[in-house]
Formats: sequence, structure tokens, C-alpha cells
Amino acid sequence: MQLTRRDTLALGLGAATVALLPFQVNAAADDAIAAFTGGADMADTGVTLTAPEIAENGNTVPISVDAPGAVSIMVLAAGNPTPGVATFNFGPLAGAHTASTRIRLAGTQDVIAIAKLADGSFAKASSTVKVTIGGCGG
Amino acid sequence: MASGVKPRVKVPKSASAGEVITLKTLITHPMESGQRKDGDGNPIPRSIINRFTTEFNGELVIDVTLEAAISTNPYMEFEAKVPAAGEFKFTWYDDDGDVYEDSKAIKVS
Repeated sequence: MQLTRRDTLALGLGAATVALLPFQVNAAADDAIAAFTGGADMADTGVTLTAPEIAENGNTVPISVDAPGAVSIMVLAAGNPTPGVATFNFGPLAGAHTASTRIRLAGTQDVIAIAKLADGSFAKASSTVKVTIGGCGG
Repeated sequence: MASGVKPRVKVPKSASAGEVITLKTLITHPMESGQRKDGDGNPIPRSIINRFTTEFNGELVIDVTLEAAISTNPYMEFEAKVPAAGEFKFTWYDDDGDVYEDSKAIKVS
């Protein structure tokens, strides 16, 4: 098959769109991430987010985050009306840089944890939670 | 003022010096997210606890910023190092300016 210049362009555009798709978190979540990291790159390892695969009730979903050597960990729910969930800042007496809590999820979505490590770098983890009954009322 | 707010904290009675212990805290609070509507369709204003801190003898253990997506009766579980005998001080800050406090002493054996 002979590729015309037009075909090549179309192929390139298609590939670019596909490559961008996984990063399409909602805009508010992106803003919150940018505010926290200052646009810095995020490593894929260094933070562990534990969340259930399926949550029957979105009103109370147990999650826990763990990032050895982290200064702070931010948790976001990309599909909530307001994406912020919590920010954990660890002090000098924190035994392990881990915390557990219970959160609300409006529906099936990705939960994201971003850790700021002591050397100023960032690490990110995300986990998809399927929610049977949403937890935002209305 | 959210009514019936009662903090509950679980701290071991004693630990060995330098030991890392698990702390569990729970506070009864409706954590009204501001997203819900009442029977007439008017939005119910947000009323949550927006900050929670734990200190041990004045040194910070954890400082958590809470948002509307934290469940009713916020539960926190985390770990702390105990260098010596002393007192854990837990503080919750409400949107309406109220501050709830609890403290628990721990012995070093």
C-alpha cells in the first residue's frame, strides 16, 4: 500500500490521540496535581495506594497510602465533583509514612495518590475503584 | 456548630522507647459535603472538619488536610514513634471555627 502524505498525517494524529487518552483525568484534578507538584515529573514507584477493587457503598471506601520517606501524600478522586480527598503531612515523629482513612466516591473512578518525597521528587500511584452506589447524595 | 461531636482515640497504654505504634482515631461528625440537597432542592451548606493534627510532647506526628470527600465520622489510622513517655495531643478543626481536642498519655516500659 502506498502512503500518501495525507495518510501519514492522519496516522500520526491518531497515534497522538491514543497516546494522550490515558492522561485525560478531569481538569480540576489536573489543576490540583499541578498545584501540588509544580508540574514536576512523577515516578511510578515509591508510593503504594491500597483501595478495594469494588466498593459496594461509595459513602465509605477504605483506602490506605504508604510511601516510605515521604514528606506528604495527596489523595485525589478524579471523578468526584471536587477532586480533593486529603493531604497527609508527616512530622518528625511519624513512625511509618502510612495512613488509612475512609473516603467518599461519587462513582466508578480512579483514585490517585501522589507522594512528595524528602528529596523533592514526586511519586504517583492510582487505582480504579468500581462503585455500586455513589456517595455524594443528590 | 455540629452537634454531638465526640472524638475517640485508641492509643496503647505503654510502649518500649523508640517503638513504632499504631494510632486510631475517630470523631463523630456529619461531614456535610456541600453537594447534597434538602427536601426543597436547596443545597445544604458544607460543614466539615478541614484539618486534623497529632502531636507528641509538642512534636508533630501527622497533619492532615481533609476535604469534602472524607466520609462521615472521619477515621484516621497512622503510625507514630514513641521516643519517651509523654502525651499524644489530637486536634480537629471544624469549618465553623470549632476546635475539638483529645489527649492520651503513654508510658514507656
